Amino acid sequence: MKKEKSVQPFRRKKTKRCKEDVIFDTVTFIILTIILLIVAYPLYWVIISSISKPSAVSSGDVIWKPIGFTLKGYAEVFKNSAVMGGFLNSLIYTVCGVMVNLTVTLPTAYALSRNNFSGKKPITLFYMITMFFGGGLIPTYLVVKNLQMLNTMWALILPGCLSVYNMIVARTFFKSNISEELYEAAEIDGCTQGKFFFKIALPLSKAIIAILVLYYGVGHWNSYFSALVYISDKDRYPLQLVLRNILITNETALAQSATTKAAREALREKQQLIDVMKYSLIIISSIPVLALYPFIQKHFVKGVMIGSVKG
Amino acid sequence: MNTKTKKKKKSLWQVLKKDASLWMFCIPGIVFTFIFSYIPMYGIQLAFRRYNAKAGIWGSPWVGLYYFKRFFESPYFASTIRNTLVLSLYGLIVAFPIPIILALLLNSFRHKKYRKVIQTVTYAPNFISTVVMCGMIILFLSPYVGIINNFMKFLGMDPVNFMAKKEYWRHIYVWSGVWQGTGWSSIIYFAALSGISPELHEAARCDGATKFQLIRYIDLPSILPTATILMIMNCGSILSIGFEKAYLLQNNLNLTVSEIISTYVYKVGLINNDISYSTAIGLFNTLINLVMLIIVNKAADKLSGNSLW
Repeated sequence: MKKEKSVQPFRRKKTKRCKEDVIFDTVTFIILTIILLIVAYPLYWVIISSISKPSAVSSGDVIWKPIGFTLKGYAEVFKNSAVMGGFLNSLIYTVCGVMVNLTVTLPTAYALSRNNFSGKKPITLFYMITMFFGGGLIPTYLVVKNLQMLNTMWALILPGCLSVYNMIVARTFFKSNISEELYEAAEIDGCTQGKFFFKIALPLSKAIIAILVLYYGVGHWNSYFSALVYISDKDRYPLQLVLRNILITNETALAQSATTKAAREALREKQQLIDVMKYSLIIISSIPVLALYPFIQKHFVKGVMIGSVKG
Repeated sequence: MNTKTKKKKKSLWQVLKKDASLWMFCIPGIVFTFIFSYIPMYGIQLAFRRYNAKAGIWGSPWVGLYYFKRFFESPYFASTIRNTLVLSLYGLIVAFPIPIILALLLNSFRHKKYRKVIQTVTYAPNFISTVVMCGMIILFLSPYVGIINNFMKFLGMDPVNFMAKKEYWRHIYVWSGVWQGTGWSSIIYFAALSGISPELHEAARCDGATKFQLIRYIDLPSILPTATILMIMNCGSILSIGFEKAYLLQNNLNLTVSEIISTYVYKVGLINNDISYSTAIGLFNTLINLVMLIIVNKAADKLSGNSLW
């Protein structure tokens, strides 16, 4: 409201905020603040729980600030070799995965962004079909199995190496930022398409490369389904699969084994430590994404906007 | 006639030759997509054969619609489809309008700095992985140490084991999704809203419109096309809700409401190794989705003139 007025000072007299607008602004402010709190509080609570005393967390004393500051939970995470192995695996899968994604997606997007490219229609159709129809889980699994890729990182990387959505985003970017005239000018100077793509188009497209790296990277880091299907060797588990075993499967196992009262008492302390460790684990596993978040946010939003232009 | 076709052929060849390097650019993508998307489509015939690992896909005997019949007659048919539909419709009804409301509110909210804070915070949960999200849900709702139960104890209520009560499962699934996705889904609407020309608002203000009227008569109609497209896409995937979250939130006590088609396909195919049966269910699911998409797209085209193609 203030901003609007300062931009158009001549309207100051005319638009006195009427009563309804005051009510509207107040209600908007209240609703948005409630939304903010609902989203922020659980995140905040995970953080303060991860650095609090285990017994204080489980008794429900930790509400607004950490109680009995301790890093026991984090120490427990670093002692866990499965987590550390998973972290390393995920890092490798993510880096390799993103590199393959880029090598496949960028050239395709560039080619399809050229207006007079004869393959534009058939290739677009070729990709469109895969968006609406697919073989499904088992036939894909059998293909991966027949290629001897089970239990290798290629099973996680190659099947989804080109996301049609990301390709369309990149295509839209190339279309509006790398003009045909630019290529024509370079061609007169004896530049080939290949040279033009690597020497001129790519250096001008850092923004879209960043967006793709982040889209694909976060996707690889967070995914667990393909690993669940294709990876059975525990040493090759990505972090998310290790997390699943600790955060989801283990919890029920412990709760079930603690049926008698005595057993429950004995388990309580261990359980409390495990719970705090889980909060620490949540934080540690999110660190790569958290560290990039301010950077990511800007680009993700840009990506959504480029993508929506087409729709 | 003859020379004409010859000429045309030659020009086609020339066109291809001219574009040769662009075609080369497309080859890696085409090869991988062919291997991992088109060859599996060919493997769909497994749904009509009795799979035998030794004989392979081509050696397995044909059984016609046997596996489809088996699925239609099994008790899982009605329950998985019902669970999938209910969960999906519930999610759609709740999760569709909320991001629109958030975007409208944010757009009419003029305090830029506070708005930025709200956006930054509400986008954040989108980056939490499904596993961590489900881990958080289970921790928060845990009957012994969960914050929700601690809060209820504080109010003098008895602790509830939420994950073990099947009547809560759908609410947990859908509302945690709202918590995680609302901010992110609002971006696309927010982008559409910031494209509205400010003159439109100014003119309306001059005519004495209130802020609420601006939203009702200018903002809402201008994001309608975006909303329609997203609605069509959502309806097209109504039977294909994600495996990931449902599978992680499942336990034996809530299975009667949490077993959806995708988790069932996974269990039948990769845990029970009933390859052909799983393929048949998957194919059935894909076909229903396709039909749904076409119907909704047609309807939206007739009603509002917005469609996917």
